Amino acid sequence: MAEAPSKKFLVQPGAVIDGFTLGECVHSGGMATLWSVTRADASVPMLMKIPRVAEGDDPSAIVGFEMEQMILPRLSGPHVPACFGTGDFARQPYVVIERIPGKTLYGRLAELPLGYAEAAAIAGKTAAALADLHRQHVIHHDIKPSSVMFRPTGEAVLIDFGLSHHNHLPDLLQEEFRLPYGTAPYMAPERLLGVRDDPRSDLFSLGVLLYFFTTGIRPFGESETMHGIRRRLWRDPVPPRKLRADYPPWLQEIVLRCLEIEPVWRHPTASQLAFDLGHPDQVRLTARSERLQRDPLSTVLRRRFNRGLTQPKPKADLARQLASSPIVAVALDTEEASPALNEALRVAAERIMATLPSARLACLNVLKLGRITIDKTLDENANNKHVNRLVTLRDWASPLRLDENRLTVHVLEAIDPAAAILEFAEANHVDHIIIGARQGSMMRRLLGSVSARVAAEAGCSVTVVRPTRLAETAQQ
Amino acid sequence: MLLALFADIHANRQAFAACLEFARGRGAQRMVLLGDLVGYGADPEWTVDTAMALVGDGAVVVLGNHDQAVSATAHDFNAEAQAAMEWTRGRLDREERRFLANLPLTVQEDDRLYVHSEASHPERWRYVQSVSDAGRSMMATPIPITFCGHIHQPALYSMSSTGKMTSFVPTSDFPVQLLPGRQWLAVLGSVGQPRDGNPAACVALFDTDRREITYCRVPYDIETAAGRIRQNGLPSWLADRLLVGR
Repeated sequence: MAEAPSKKFLVQPGAVIDGFTLGECVHSGGMATLWSVTRADASVPMLMKIPRVAEGDDPSAIVGFEMEQMILPRLSGPHVPACFGTGDFARQPYVVIERIPGKTLYGRLAELPLGYAEAAAIAGKTAAALADLHRQHVIHHDIKPSSVMFRPTGEAVLIDFGLSHHNHLPDLLQEEFRLPYGTAPYMAPERLLGVRDDPRSDLFSLGVLLYFFTTGIRPFGESETMHGIRRRLWRDPVPPRKLRADYPPWLQEIVLRCLEIEPVWRHPTASQLAFDLGHPDQVRLTARSERLQRDPLSTVLRRRFNRGLTQPKPKADLARQLASSPIVAVALDTEEASPALNEALRVAAERIMATLPSARLACLNVLKLGRITIDKTLDENANNKHVNRLVTLRDWASPLRLDENRLTVHVLEAIDPAAAILEFAEANHVDHIIIGARQGSMMRRLLGSVSARVAAEAGCSVTVVRPTRLAETAQQ
Repeated sequence: MLLALFADIHANRQAFAACLEFARGRGAQRMVLLGDLVGYGADPEWTVDTAMALVGDGAVVVLGNHDQAVSATAHDFNAEAQAAMEWTRGRLDREERRFLANLPLTVQEDDRLYVHSEASHPERWRYVQSVSDAGRSMMATPIPITFCGHIHQPALYSMSSTGKMTSFVPTSDFPVQLLPGRQWLAVLGSVGQPRDGNPAACVALFDTDRREITYCRVPYDIETAAGRIRQNGLPSWLADRLLVGR
């Protein structure tokens, strides 16, 4: 069957459906056909996706299509294809979406394994796209190479939302299938228990992709049998270092954390995963990074027969979970600021970190470069300065007693401190910036207020901290 | 057209007035009252008179079990409901009682069915408490969308062409498109006596062109509504529960 049946429209090149003119059929898959379409008022290349809905066709095609029809028009941003229109089953079902140029990651399977840096960059961009999707209340549930594309500008674009779950819309797949539906090699273990509302399921799938792209081997094989798929509920994958001796420990740490059986042991959010992939030197290495063997049989058997580990958890609230796991950045001036201000900053950071156990703190310091001396940064003196600042940041943070995987330190070298802080926050999906106000300082009079500019221009919440009145008076 | 849907007003003047103002502010062109105008609350006259005026402006009203009990003895009422009903009967004049007695059990309009309890046996006042209750209602009617109330807890059910069900607790202020190609049962929360733990009044908006339903919550002057119940000597639990939405 080449075309989907239609009641009122003949689906063929040249046909006009609701103002969209069909061009060529660019793809004919098991679930749907894809057509290039044009519309007089739209200059963007577009695709019309028409589901197969004939007698005897896979019923999941219809439900999956209904989910896409509900979810796609609600999504926005660079990480999803824009949606231009939908048509319903009463006449001709379709969705019209932006046509993303290029191929999906599926096209790269012949090149596997990829270099570590490139694979980590691909996974990092995909994690950033997932973070954006999760913020829009949607869990993708079918992350695999053929669902990921890239814009010419570099951003990852996620496609195919037929299995997705929207936290604020009815889940049409809820009772549709007795068995979990999806792509077996990439499916998170909790999906086998019927859990559809945990965003960390997507992190597991991305972990499978990253493992596959760096080793050339799928961590849980390609089994489609129920027993084969269920093994991941108790059997951990072979550590990548066992397959490739030169596998970087930081990358193994990230991959195996993504592939944790318990969602709560994975990264709390896609943003935090993207953060780790973007800062290999800051990844806290645990026993995971060293492993050369799978878990011993005793552990596997305990997992298999310990029902507590395999019971579904109560319903998760996507938005609440994201909100409880923010990336907080605190900007410290180690040179100019008064000890009272730095103490006040520490108190502010401590309160936030204490209330949110999954939050992570990035301590920033800007090493200001003179406009003229910019090329001297590599000399020994500057290098020492950089290291000294890192040491100072760690020292400032030590009373917070944060677990190593919740704390990172960064020295940004820049001419313009406010711009450097803003850029860091943007690139790393920071949710909250804490910054001190340099009240009445000479620097502020000369340079203007860094905190005011950060507060005005940041895309996230900013807390501007001042020393307590008492401390200020004492200092004067 | 934008419809505003109200269920289980239960003579709560403050809640009903707040919801009406909210609906008009959002541009609702037509009001649909899904039964139980009276019972429990302390302002049945105002509520019924307002409903009668709305009908004059094109509103749809269907019968609820409390509306029916004004003129016919109900056998399944608990003590509080019974006490409130006896008090209510004494408040309504002949015209108001006749208005309630003549309300239809169901009203169909385009692809929509309005009913107080559910569609399989509207006169039996069954509650939609589960997916199977919802399925029974949807199976009993060919009409694509049914709106009902009665249980005082918002929910949204759907049934695919192959009979597969979905259930969903709607998020406030988040529009959901009721996709053609499956049947829907939209159960509304209560205007005048919410029981889902949120004391704010429930009202829903339905955009007939986009087929989008939005469940909304409207804060209102609960203190006054509860005070009126106590002043009139109605069972005090009927006042207390308004404050907690249970």
